[in-house]
Amino acid sequence: MQAVPAPSLTATDLACRRGDRVLFARLGITLGAGEAVQLVGANGIGKSSLIRILAGLARPYAGSVDRVGSLGLVDERLALDPAAPLGQALGFWARIDATDDAAQAETLGQLGLLRLLDVPVRYLSTGQKKRAALARLIGQGAAIWLLDEPLNGLDSAACALVERLATAHCAGGGLCVIASHQPFAIPGLRRLDMMDFAR
Amino acid sequence: MIRALRNILWRDLLLLLRGGGSGGGVALPILFFLAVAMIFPFAVGPDSRLLARIGGGVIWVAALLAAILPLDRLIDPDRDLGMFDQWALRGIAEEWVIAMRVAAHWLSFAPALMLATLPAGAMLGLNGHKLGLVELGLLAGTPGLAAVGVTVAAITAGLKGGAALAGLLVIPLCVPILIFGAGALAIGGESGLALTAAVSLVLLALAPFAGAAALRAGR
Repeated sequence: MQAVPAPSLTATDLACRRGDRVLFARLGITLGAGEAVQLVGANGIGKSSLIRILAGLARPYAGSVDRVGSLGLVDERLALDPAAPLGQALGFWARIDATDDAAQAETLGQLGLLRLLDVPVRYLSTGQKKRAALARLIGQGAAIWLLDEPLNGLDSAACALVERLATAHCAGGGLCVIASHQPFAIPGLRRLDMMDFAR
Repeated sequence: MIRALRNILWRDLLLLLRGGGSGGGVALPILFFLAVAMIFPFAVGPDSRLLARIGGGVIWVAALLAAILPLDRLIDPDRDLGMFDQWALRGIAEEWVIAMRVAAHWLSFAPALMLATLPAGAMLGLNGHKLGLVELGLLAGTPGLAAVGVTVAAITAGLKGGAALAGLLVIPLCVPILIFGAGALAIGGESGLALTAAVSLVLLALAPFAGAAALRAGR
């Protein structure tokens, strides 16, 4: 079996422009296996833009991003068919990601989604949708987690669950980038205040 | 990769056939197609010789108009859902995703359209030979229509009033297919069909690259 290189995420000298306004500049992040960073800062400071740049979905105005390892993203867009029952919508991604059935069932149980599998996605509550997106992320088995406001709409029990999942992911050698204005607790979590790079 | 593409194609196809959450599905454009073919005799009168002469062209125009109807469901809903982002993260090239969508759009649309052409042709009084030419022309031309439809839908995705703009963009791009496809009826031969197929193939070859570029630019 081929050795999988340890995941890492390195961003150097990133700048992001929205219209004719530079949101941030000279931003650098270095994450190795098992590390996590929380992006903090006021609304509109560019947390989501940074996440999309790190994901490779948006091009930075300046600077570069180096990724080693597969990427998983949870943002405000679910990527689950609204008309389909939850089980079917998640099943689509499970087939694409070749998720193991037993592992998927365990994840669903952990996230409290087992009773909701027959419910069409559009009838789920905000928190339930968020948990469904997390199930999709876990099933993907990506090394680098990019979480954009993962705690939005979650109750305190679910927030603690997300923190446990992120902790377990880091303990397993994965890495996490969390954009959230809410407090987030993972052992060894670094904080990156976007205000320091704002223009 | 192949497994992922097979799953994407299957999902696209079911979504386009059933209409998914946005309603519609393939029944609406087909009924629209039949309605256009049906109102034509009312407008130009029941002269069966005239109808038989222009009937083939009417079917082509109706097919083109019907192809415009599902445009806003081709790309926009999945863009809003973030599906394209998730596929991109998994390293599935946008070109493949668009190619699958063109295939799904064609599969969901063309066979039903060709089936509906039989009653439409009967309403317009086409004889068997002409009907055969129309069907062969549609077989050759609809892949091109599907390619143009998906490309334009990708270009206009996320725009306000994108659906109306998409319709306006599709019509000029489909003119070559219409000229050769409907022209095959006038000159009554294989050359028209061959040219229709040729235009279709060119559009099919371009669509994944143009559509993928549009998707990336629209992020």
